[in-house]
Amino acid sequence: MASMTVAPEISRHSWSLALLPSDTPLALLDADGQAVPGGELDMPADGVLLELHRRMVLGRRFDTQATALTKQGRLAVYPSARGQEAAEIGAVLALRAQDWLFPTYRDSMAMVSRGLDPAEVLTLLRGDWHCGYDPHEHRVAPQCTPLATSAPHAVGVAHAARLKNEDAVALAMLGDGATSEGDTHVALNFAAVWKAPVVFFVQNNGYAISVPLAKQTAAPSLAHKGIGYGIPAMLVDGNDAAAVYAAVRRAVTSAATGGGPVLIEALTYRVEPHTNADDATRYRTAEEVAHWVARDPLIRIRRFLTARGLLGEQAIAALDAEAEVAAAALRERMNAETAHDPAELFRHVYAEPTPALRAQEAQLAWELAASEESVR
Amino acid sequence: MTAVADRRTRLRAAEGTGLRAAEGTVTMAAALNQALADALAADGTVLVFGEDVGTLGGVFRVTDGLAARFGEARVFDTPLAESGIVGTAIGMAMNGLRPVVEMQFDAFAYPAFEQIISHLAKLRNRTRGRVTLPVTIRIPYGGGIGGVEHHSDSSEAYYAHTAGLRVVTPGIPGDAYTLLRQAIESPDPVIFLEPKRRYWAKETTAPGRDHAALDHAALDHAALDHAALDRAVVRRPGSDVTLIAYGAMTGTALEAAEAAGQEGRSVEVIDLRSLSPFDDETVAASVRRTGRAVVVHEASRFCGYGAEVAARVTEQCFHYLEAPVLRVAGLDIPYPPPHLEEYYLPSVDRILDAIDRLQWQETRSDAEAGR
Repeated sequence: MASMTVAPEISRHSWSLALLPSDTPLALLDADGQAVPGGELDMPADGVLLELHRRMVLGRRFDTQATALTKQGRLAVYPSARGQEAAEIGAVLALRAQDWLFPTYRDSMAMVSRGLDPAEVLTLLRGDWHCGYDPHEHRVAPQCTPLATSAPHAVGVAHAARLKNEDAVALAMLGDGATSEGDTHVALNFAAVWKAPVVFFVQNNGYAISVPLAKQTAAPSLAHKGIGYGIPAMLVDGNDAAAVYAAVRRAVTSAATGGGPVLIEALTYRVEPHTNADDATRYRTAEEVAHWVARDPLIRIRRFLTARGLLGEQAIAALDAEAEVAAAALRERMNAETAHDPAELFRHVYAEPTPALRAQEAQLAWELAASEESVR
Repeated sequence: MTAVADRRTRLRAAEGTGLRAAEGTVTMAAALNQALADALAADGTVLVFGEDVGTLGGVFRVTDGLAARFGEARVFDTPLAESGIVGTAIGMAMNGLRPVVEMQFDAFAYPAFEQIISHLAKLRNRTRGRVTLPVTIRIPYGGGIGGVEHHSDSSEAYYAHTAGLRVVTPGIPGDAYTLLRQAIESPDPVIFLEPKRRYWAKETTAPGRDHAALDHAALDHAALDHAALDRAVVRRPGSDVTLIAYGAMTGTALEAAEAAGQEGRSVEVIDLRSLSPFDDETVAASVRRTGRAVVVHEASRFCGYGAEVAARVTEQCFHYLEAPVLRVAGLDIPYPPPHLEEYYLPSVDRILDAIDRLQWQETRSDAEAGR
């Protein structure tokens, strides 16, 4: 019996070159703090620029304080984001209160800027508990240590928001190294297919610990990865806080109004080693670091604001004083010993501790009592 | 809705699956389908998603008809990536939903392993109980269906080894229904292992008995309320030896118990149902009465779940034991190709052999003489 073979219809999504990032990074302020003419992005209002500057000052002081605390043994480890202040703060300030932030271990500065208690942010790195804050309170997920694995969580949170008719966007923070992980691909793809309101924010700081970007990808840029998923992408100067803010703001607005996910690559540089335990001289030159230190994101926005008469010496001094007060308060809190309750080890494994866990808790309590007895 | 109307609805759903067994009975697949339908109907936050679970109704048809009944927003196909399925389920649960996801086959769940081990199991603990993840991961598992490589793994030990997960596996259709409903209602993440070779079984119990021929009345919510997610059950009482089994091996153990009974040995069969947490109370009470125990599972023996069971039984019942706790398990080889799987799978005969080796007459002098 003859039968007609009908070729299945392969559905194709419409696309355009608009999905591709620009050839050069989008910018609003050049390295000298001059406005870039004819930019594609909208310059944020003066008040926003001042707030970006203020939070960058506070963020940098927090970061240097945290690094200092590792040297005093008060933090187990700290991955610094020094040099990345424009990306960290620009992205977070562009979020609305109802949006979600999914930070990595390097994004403590962003989390503090989001309003979290810095001592609670550092609970993980201090070694007191794995997460010190309530993720629901500020809509900040626990800092994620395994790379890229929180990106699908962000997609899930965002998709759930849509299913519940809530206006909320999830911003997933990623690094350049994390873009090689399978979960980055998975998250981009799921978000695109579901049109989930997610902003993928990749801080390309040049290195995954010691491995430079050239060994990480053969793509023209990390932002170019977007088109493969049907996701519009932006390449932005990550040391330009105004541009980062404007790009993320645009992405959040688009995602929140049904435009689906957006991928942003922010070009920046990790001035400090990977963590306090790393020796960056083994894989990069002092000249390279100096080049980037000269492109300081904080100096850039400060020059712009000063030249426009929006910021004066007094205001800067007052801001520095505010940052010092915050750092001193943090130092004091981190120097205080934390009380640890061994019984808590068993408390949160399940909604209700199992009989076996209760038995182990009793055993540990007995051991502790016995050792106290022997000390006496 | 009246009980009669409820029953009609359930019967209609079961008919729709084409998996209905004889009049008045359901298969395990239909019982699972009913549990999903009832959970979706009872709680608007429940979602069902995975690969092929929407339009197709799942490769085993466990989700048959659900997308049509509850809509594409609540029952849907995902892109083909298990870490994405579990990873997004975690996010949805963080945002107040209650996802039930399907891993198409045991060995295809491994791409999701990192999400399950590093996040699903740990987020509650990581956040001091502030993030609750009521996620159920359904995984058809085990062999005996003539599947080619990667379709027959028994992966329970990987999950049971991980604190923060509940691991549950039904042995009979009635439990499949109640355990799945409870898994979905649980505030803890649950790995729900479905013994796929029993999906279509009209009977999973010993010949002459009719446990699997599940009366629909057994699906009543009263049963749901009274069963506990973390309790084992004595599936068949006996006095000489305790067989400890779960999942697909529950049926095999019951057959072995029947055969042993004809040989004059009274065998008690425990269906664990919950692999984590482990029901020490039920198991220890049985072994203390019988004095002998054999653990039966399909997974490889080495570092298998049976090792934990044997250790716990020994620790808790040592002075009651007349013989060492024995294990009847799969061979310590990668799961074999379909034409050779009969040599791998624990059989009634292997269980009977193990029972025979429980030192019924042996004395110390016999053992020393090598008899």
